[in-house]
Amino acid sequence: MGIIKASKLIFDYIRRDEEDNIEEIKRAIDDVSLDIEAGQFIAILGHNGSGKSTFAKQLNAILLPTEGTVWIQGLDTSQEENLWEVRKRTGMVFQNPDNQIIGNIVEEDVGFGPENMGVPTEEIWRRVDESLNAVGMAPYRLKSPNRLSGGQKQRVAIAGVMAMRPQCIVLDEPTAMLDPNGRKEVVKTVHELNKKEGITVLLITHYMEEVTDADRVIVMDEGKVVMDGTPKEIFSRVEELKSYRLDVPQVTELAYELKKEGVDLPDGILTLNELMENLMPKFDGHLSNEEALENGGDHGH
Amino acid sequence: MGIKVEHLNYIYGQGTAFEQHALKDIDLEIKDGEFVGLIGHTGSGKSTLIQHLNGLIRGTSGAIYFNGKNIYEAGYNMQALRSHVGLVFQYPEHQLFEVDVFSDVCFGPKNQKLSKEEIESRSREALTMVGLDESYYKRSPFDLSGGQKRRVAIAGVLAMRPEVLILDEPTAGLDPKGRDEILDQIERLHKEQKMTIILVSHSMEDIARYVDRILVMNHGEKVYDDTPKEVFMHYKELEAIGLAAPQITYVVHTLKERGIPIDTNITTIEEARDEILRLLSK
Repeated sequence: MGIIKASKLIFDYIRRDEEDNIEEIKRAIDDVSLDIEAGQFIAILGHNGSGKSTFAKQLNAILLPTEGTVWIQGLDTSQEENLWEVRKRTGMVFQNPDNQIIGNIVEEDVGFGPENMGVPTEEIWRRVDESLNAVGMAPYRLKSPNRLSGGQKQRVAIAGVMAMRPQCIVLDEPTAMLDPNGRKEVVKTVHELNKKEGITVLLITHYMEEVTDADRVIVMDEGKVVMDGTPKEIFSRVEELKSYRLDVPQVTELAYELKKEGVDLPDGILTLNELMENLMPKFDGHLSNEEALENGGDHGH
Repeated sequence: MGIKVEHLNYIYGQGTAFEQHALKDIDLEIKDGEFVGLIGHTGSGKSTLIQHLNGLIRGTSGAIYFNGKNIYEAGYNMQALRSHVGLVFQYPEHQLFEVDVFSDVCFGPKNQKLSKEEIESRSREALTMVGLDESYYKRSPFDLSGGQKRRVAIAGVLAMRPEVLILDEPTAGLDPKGRDEILDQIERLHKEQKMTIILVSHSMEDIARYVDRILVMNHGEKVYDDTPKEVFMHYKELEAIGLAAPQITYVVHTLKERGIPIDTNITTIEEARDEILRLLSK
């Protein structure tokens, strides 16, 4: 069993009227079974309303399964006595940094989690130091969080989660409100935590560029897992992704479009370098003619 | 006539320890019927600038002309300005509050003191423009999806029949399809209603696809004001100020660096595809 395991997970949102009669039942997660290995970087994609955030909330028992089971390191999240252990092990980071930061200064905010867990003071400070260093925010420890940029705030929120020493971090669209620089900062930080500290990462996002370095990509639609594979496998299936209201990175789309027009390129090109490696040789033989033409010569075929 | 901004300066907290020069000597002109993109990293002054354009913030010095009249002149009707220049804030769905979709959209024109018939016909028109039909009118705005909520919020501004529509990151947090739907609808307003649009966005790909002209802000100053093709040529400078060009710009420039005689003006996937195919068929 991996660090996170879901078996036949079902979750219904139930809306009731004033007399408590059930008005509407909406199935947000529909029979999901997943096993996630420790230390992996997992990206979850899906359009708004596909069930990915609901799934994320199952992982630290903010929501509990309607049917089926979720285990975090073997602990069943639906057992009340496991609640604190589960929350210690999976940390959550949400979309809006302003809703997550409560301290007056950065170090206080980062210390809030471990303090609530009853960690001794000295140990709290040690963890605050380590976490702030891990996200590169140590120079800001005495600053007020509301004078930080969006990307910096998200890094503080991540440090706050880190200070609780989780085995796994779930980030629910952490970059949706950030500018390109802030986005890069946060994604880089999360990758470093994954590589250096060995933390399992689940990143939920709409930005396809953030997904290309993941170990595994899971695509959700209507509460089900509809695609599951490496980025290369997933992004080879351009039309299928589009049918789930998703996109592919521009480089991938360009390669796909060229291939459709008969240019012989491999499927699932993800990066600029990959595209160049595969595209440059295609110009052999064409280039010299073009240059020759520009020089006024005519070699012809 | 459009909007003309002259030597606009804005200083936050003047005379206090937090004094910050948020807008520095901004000059710009937005003509009727233009579709303009406004980019800049967080804190560059773009949100401050757009709030000046409908009079929510008053400049410290300088002038803003709307259809030829200085809005800082004594007696200028600011309330009228706010219905001519409609501003859709970031995450506008947070501002929905009525019991149903239709009442929410009616709120704006109701404040303009129009007749009941007029209010309702404008609201209907606005909801049609954003692609929501009558089946949505009586639903609670809180039971809609994120993209639908946002369209209701945009309709609320459209119902005031603005001549200029300013949208502050209208696609933040939406999935790719929801993003395309909103942007296509905005483009339709621009084309069919001849509405002037100012689109604030962090997504260079979106900007490249839709706008005629890009304004780039950095540290309260306007640093570029040109067509997307011209602005994205400066992709290295854009990176230096915390922005980037669309991924496709990098593809084109890398090809060029490696000796392929490709047109570096390209900003969209379709253009790149056609140009590469053309070069390969030589």
